[in-house]
Amino acid sequence: MSQYLILIYHDEAAAAAFERAQPGVTTAAHRSFMERNRDVILGGNALQPTATATTVRPDRRQSFIVTDAPFAETKEALGGYYLIEAANLDDALAVAEQVPSRFGCLEVRPVHQVG
Amino acid sequence: MRPGPEVAAAVADAHRREWAFVLAAVVRVAGDIDRAEECVQDAYARALDTWDRTGVPKNSAAWLTTVARRKALDLLRRDATAHRALPDLAGHVLVAADPPEPESIPDDRLRLIFTCCHPALATEAQVALSLRLLCGMSTAEVASAFLVSEPTMAARITRAKKKIAGANIPYRIPPERELPERIRAVLEALHLLFTTGHTAPAGADLVRADLVDRAIALTRMLRELLPGDAEVAGLLALELLTDARRAGRVDSAGRQVLLEDQDRASWDAAAIAEGTALVREALQRRPVGRYSVMAAIAAVHSEAPTWAATDWPEIVGLYDVLLHQWPSPIVALNRAVAIGFADGQAAGLAALDCLSDEPQLAAYGYLAAARAHFLAGLGRSQDARLAYDEALLLTENAAERDLLIRRLKELDR
Repeated sequence: MSQYLILIYHDEAAAAAFERAQPGVTTAAHRSFMERNRDVILGGNALQPTATATTVRPDRRQSFIVTDAPFAETKEALGGYYLIEAANLDDALAVAEQVPSRFGCLEVRPVHQVG
Repeated sequence: MRPGPEVAAAVADAHRREWAFVLAAVVRVAGDIDRAEECVQDAYARALDTWDRTGVPKNSAAWLTTVARRKALDLLRRDATAHRALPDLAGHVLVAADPPEPESIPDDRLRLIFTCCHPALATEAQVALSLRLLCGMSTAEVASAFLVSEPTMAARITRAKKKIAGANIPYRIPPERELPERIRAVLEALHLLFTTGHTAPAGADLVRADLVDRAIALTRMLRELLPGDAEVAGLLALELLTDARRAGRVDSAGRQVLLEDQDRASWDAAAIAEGTALVREALQRRPVGRYSVMAAIAAVHSEAPTWAATDWPEIVGLYDVLLHQWPSPIVALNRAVAIGFADGQAAGLAALDCLSDEPQLAAYGYLAAARAHFLAGLGRSQDARLAYDEALLLTENAAERDLLIRRLKELDR
């Protein structure tokens, strides 16, 4: 079995507007997804918006530069993730296709296996 | 000792015809594409030496597969021993399976095809991998086929193989529900390979015969493995019917000859007969797929004894069907050209002008070239000249450019 991280990228403004218009619908969709796939989901979380992000970058003098922003400003930003277990990429993609993602897209990344 | 010419020829023949079969059977044992390739290469090297002494075996594919599999198992055992010696480094011990009987070797080529053409790989990587793994072409050969440097192609192939291993792209035939979509991805890669060879996007030659021949060979292989799939039959028909005109497409000076000026006696009658029979078969299934309709259009051209005798209304009708299934501006452009031949050049020009706002056609030389052709026919020389100039700006193939320049000069007469 391999592990895959499903990264949920979305347009924060569009997602927030939808939440205001129809509160709780997105959360319910995720609950239903998690219920259907509970056997393969190892973990997952929604993230606070990028306005809360802090970037920490080591500088040459072995100290750090701390910036009040996400590391890259993009229209679609990381909004949450699931860690899943799957036999292969095809099975992982089949799970990813069920993740609620109407305001963006999903990136599926294999987890590096140690050993 | 150098092997005799018959043996060298037998090995070369087995390389061309059986590489994919042997490699596909070994990947499953080796569990890794790179290692399998190494073992298969080793088996071919051994064949040169052994067949010289023992004679060429009756079933050379089975011989090569057995030798390559044995090598793969040896490597696995060696790894397992190394892992046992260092138990803390390896969490598990590999257990090598017993070598299977040669008789039970199933045809694994479909697995290899679906792995090479997995939609999680970029299309250009799919094509490169197919040439490398299914045709057994070296990286240098694949690089020269696509007119890129060898390090560039090596990087592309390595990246694709790393993705297959790293993301765990499965080595299997997709389940029933995914099959139609996955077959479509394979057909797209093969069609891209064919069109790249049929009209090389750049360079001195109009046709890259090596790519065309590989594309047809791979499509034949797919047809053999999926005999019931109508679109596979459709793509093979399209390739055969299109390539049947190869000898007529370039004159003795290497210049491009358009369909209307080609010597139809130079067309390959056997390829046309085979392609036409495949189109008939493909068109009996419903729904009729994209490649089958394109092949039907090619068949109408093949059946016409002369350009003037072409059944243009039939071709327009087929383009209508194609456009409905595949709403692409390029299909719409071809349909507009067909309208020009069916209903007159003014009608064709009007149909082309409807497409002038298509962003996808803005950098496509054929739209300007087709407009120029109809404008010249309507006696609007000044407008035709501008359109030919625009087409020349957008065309990089030397043979195609030469044709446009000739047409431009004819306007001055």
